[in-house]
Amino acid sequence: MSVATTDLADVLSRYEVVLGLEVHVELGTRTKMFCSCPTTFGAEPNTQICPVCLGMPGALPVVNAVGVESAIKIGLALGCDIAQWCRFARKNYFYPDMPKNFQTSQYDEPICFDGAIDVDVDGKPVTVAIERAHMEEDTGKSLHVGGATGRIHGATHSLLDFNRAGIPLVEIVTKPIVGAGADAPAIARAYVAAIRDIVRALGVSDARMDQGSIRADVNVSLMPIGATEFGTRTETKNVNSLRSVERTVRFEMLRQAEVLDGGGVIHQETRHFNEATGETMGGRVKETATDYRYFPEPDLVPLAPEREWVEKLRAELPELPAAKRARLRSEWGLSELDMQAIDNAGAFDLIEATVSAGASPESARKWWLGELSRYANEHDAELAELTATPAHVAELQSLVDGGRLTDKLARTVLSGVLAGEGTPAEVMAARNLEVVNDTGALTAAVDEAIAANPDVAAKVRDGKVAAAGVLVGAVMKATRGQADAKSVRELIIARLTAE
Amino acid sequence: MSELTGRTAEELGAAIAAGETSAVEVTRAHLDRIDAVDPAVHAFLHVAGESAVAQAAEVDRRIAAGEKLGPLAGVPVAVKDVVVTQDMPTTAGSKILEHWLPPYDATLVRRLREAGLVVLGKTNMDEFAMGSSTEYSAYGPTRNPWDTGRIPGGSGGGSAAAVAAREAPLAIGTDTGGSIRQPGAVTGTVGAKPTYGGVSRYGLIAFSSSLDQAGPVTRTVTDAALLHEVIGGHDRCDSTSIDAPVPPVVEAARRGLTGDLTGVKVGVVREFAAAQGAEPGVVAAFEAGVQTLTKLGAEVVEVSCPHFEYALPAYYLIAPSECSSNLARFDGVRYGLRVGDDGSRALEEVMSLTRDRGFGPEVKRRVILGTYALSAGYYDAFYGQAQKVRTLVTRDFTAAFEQVDVLAAPTTPFVAFPFGSRTADPTQMYLADLYTIPSNLYGGPAISVPCGLSEGLPVGLQIMAPTMADDRMYRVAAALESTQSPRLADQTPEVTA
Ligand SMILES: [Zn+2]
Repeated sequence: MSVATTDLADVLSRYEVVLGLEVHVELGTRTKMFCSCPTTFGAEPNTQICPVCLGMPGALPVVNAVGVESAIKIGLALGCDIAQWCRFARKNYFYPDMPKNFQTSQYDEPICFDGAIDVDVDGKPVTVAIERAHMEEDTGKSLHVGGATGRIHGATHSLLDFNRAGIPLVEIVTKPIVGAGADAPAIARAYVAAIRDIVRALGVSDARMDQGSIRADVNVSLMPIGATEFGTRTETKNVNSLRSVERTVRFEMLRQAEVLDGGGVIHQETRHFNEATGETMGGRVKETATDYRYFPEPDLVPLAPEREWVEKLRAELPELPAAKRARLRSEWGLSELDMQAIDNAGAFDLIEATVSAGASPESARKWWLGELSRYANEHDAELAELTATPAHVAELQSLVDGGRLTDKLARTVLSGVLAGEGTPAEVMAARNLEVVNDTGALTAAVDEAIAANPDVAAKVRDGKVAAAGVLVGAVMKATRGQADAKSVRELIIARLTAE
Repeated sequence: MSELTGRTAEELGAAIAAGETSAVEVTRAHLDRIDAVDPAVHAFLHVAGESAVAQAAEVDRRIAAGEKLGPLAGVPVAVKDVVVTQDMPTTAGSKILEHWLPPYDATLVRRLREAGLVVLGKTNMDEFAMGSSTEYSAYGPTRNPWDTGRIPGGSGGGSAAAVAAREAPLAIGTDTGGSIRQPGAVTGTVGAKPTYGGVSRYGLIAFSSSLDQAGPVTRTVTDAALLHEVIGGHDRCDSTSIDAPVPPVVEAARRGLTGDLTGVKVGVVREFAAAQGAEPGVVAAFEAGVQTLTKLGAEVVEVSCPHFEYALPAYYLIAPSECSSNLARFDGVRYGLRVGDDGSRALEEVMSLTRDRGFGPEVKRRVILGTYALSAGYYDAFYGQAQKVRTLVTRDFTAAFEQVDVLAAPTTPFVAFPFGSRTADPTQMYLADLYTIPSNLYGGPAISVPCGLSEGLPVGLQIMAPTMADDRMYRVAAALESTQSPRLADQTPEVTA
């Protein structure tokens, strides 16, 4: 397809884009949503299963209270109302990795509804309204064997792993996002990032997109400018990185515009994003819309979260990422531009941790955005993956502040830390890099320099203090640069004028 | 026939505890009885002779060691095949689960074993508990010991027939719309449906989750109460199980046996009596039963449940809707029957062939009905409307119980009917549940107790009580039973193979 020949500005001259995002957050509960099976990621297939999560005849679900608590915390953090009374519902459809052939979910009675969050798009806040956040269980996983693509088409057989079946999910659904214009891809990305940061701050999920513990379904539609009715949307499922979310929106806008421009129609369909090509691909177009035949789950009693409990959870909410960023920006005395540089480098949490470990904000920022960013770039690595930790950086800075390392020596020590040689103190000791400030050793070096340069010493004694530079150079040479030049100079002058 | 199979469970438990007989002897006597009559009755789908004797020997060992066990320790029990058992196949009467061996025990089975009861085997039933005659069992019908040309009721016809034919002194049934009580009525046995949530559903293969309830099938009201006490009570594994003590059912049954019902107010529902279709002999036996209650000192008054006529249609929307979802899991992917998986067919085709071959006609009928009733565009008119009716029926009964302690009604409109007489028109079969369905809809307990004969066949009288007042129905039922000598359940004719 020739989407490269058109661009977003061109599309937006004719169409308005409407976005909708559904983010699935896998909760980090110790046990599954409706049984007591463990939820450890990456276990051997079918080792974390029981009659309940396998949907065995006769087995019944029991709600995980921590799952409900996590859902309420998410709702509160998103500014949602928490239902006084709500129920689970069955979403009925046949799929082999879903043991009961229905998913226990919530339908018209979600636990959280009507919220909003502000997300940051290039320094300006954009409000995204939240329709609802509801609880549901995850499905198992199918592995299709024998086909070329790993998809069901062409496979000779399929393997099923039910370890993931029944793991609690919270699905967060936005209201339609209208009027985003050219910012639509960036808003989608920033929104998903904000959700990720919020659930991480709440401690309810490890929020690893790469492991699928956060997955986004991206809905995009176009309508002619001035139209009041939304166009037909496509839903791109299970997008699993921030960059892919952004690319999905951009690609769909361009693709749909081309279809519409050519007089075609957009089908309401499920699509998949291909990381390699950067394109979305359509699935089989269904003749009819799926009818999930939702009805209230009769095996579970309704939930009525007590108001005192909800208020207690609200009071206990940790500081949320947006508030924290604003607070630290002011505490650190940084401009919005500085903060954006920190965000772009992915250094916010690292700097915060470094400051917590005792370093000043300026020094922490200097190290992470300077030396360490340079190193990460050269090695194509993320800052958080480096061997050097916030604790190391804080320790390094305290050695500088205490006069035991010069800036130049500190950089050498840091390269040792990055090479895995140990903590800054260990590297300093092992490489013998500490500033020489032992007065005995220095005095000996000074005396040696005076004895070796009697003429210069005489000039200094006569008051030509500037001449002392020669002696300083000699001492620095003798101590292999590990002395503090300023102290050496003071020592020489003191020695010669005292005679 | 050993004299042991003629005794009540209470008597057997006492004799075992006193050392007059042993659990092994009692178990062997019942296994022998099964060997002798089950070829004619076909109450059992699976008889676990060896494990039953081993369990009985273990109970004898514990008694010999001086352990204090419950009143039913060592007494055999038959379990309806819709309840999962770890050591016995569980089919729910369906081909789709043929040879399936569950990986766990239902909570109520665990409680039976803990109380020292000996599980004899699994009893026949209409497939997935859908039916009123066992004619919808995939493994052939059970025959009524009173007349082997007639149905034993359903869905739990196997449990009721086993008890009536003295193959077991006790049995477990499940009741979604009358599947314990209607078989009890037509076999001359006692069948009790506890309050919904009174007995754990964990391990009951679900038909209709909001209606299903397990309960006892016995030959005396006291035996039913004793068994109720063993299986009842809160279970963490069932969210809908009630977290409260089991009502004092045994005490109530003993009190009822004194034959004094002074101060008890019994209501007869006007609309039940007005409903068409009840056989005159059934009505007469019921009216005679009510007369007896009056003689025992009860005050009988008429009450009204104006929405009664909508209960049956509402039930036949709610139960199929839930069943269409509950039975979706039977797809051949993980367990049970799998048809057509020869490498040439797509998954959807294998699932569909499996369900087509594995399910019988009544199950298919209800799955299709329920799927339709839950569909977008029809939900409000069918499932939604039925739920509203359920609320109205519940209100009717709540109001009625403000006037009376219990309600009395015939259990089912007709005596045991001949095989094949109601299979042609499903709605004729559905009428069997006319009087039993309301208590499933409102969740209250109900018991069927024999009250007489019509054309030489047993008729049951049903006592309904408010939720968690199960003790009341046991008291009234035991009082009625106390007037019968010999008890109707002890008059089952001898079955010949
Ligand atoms: Zn599990």
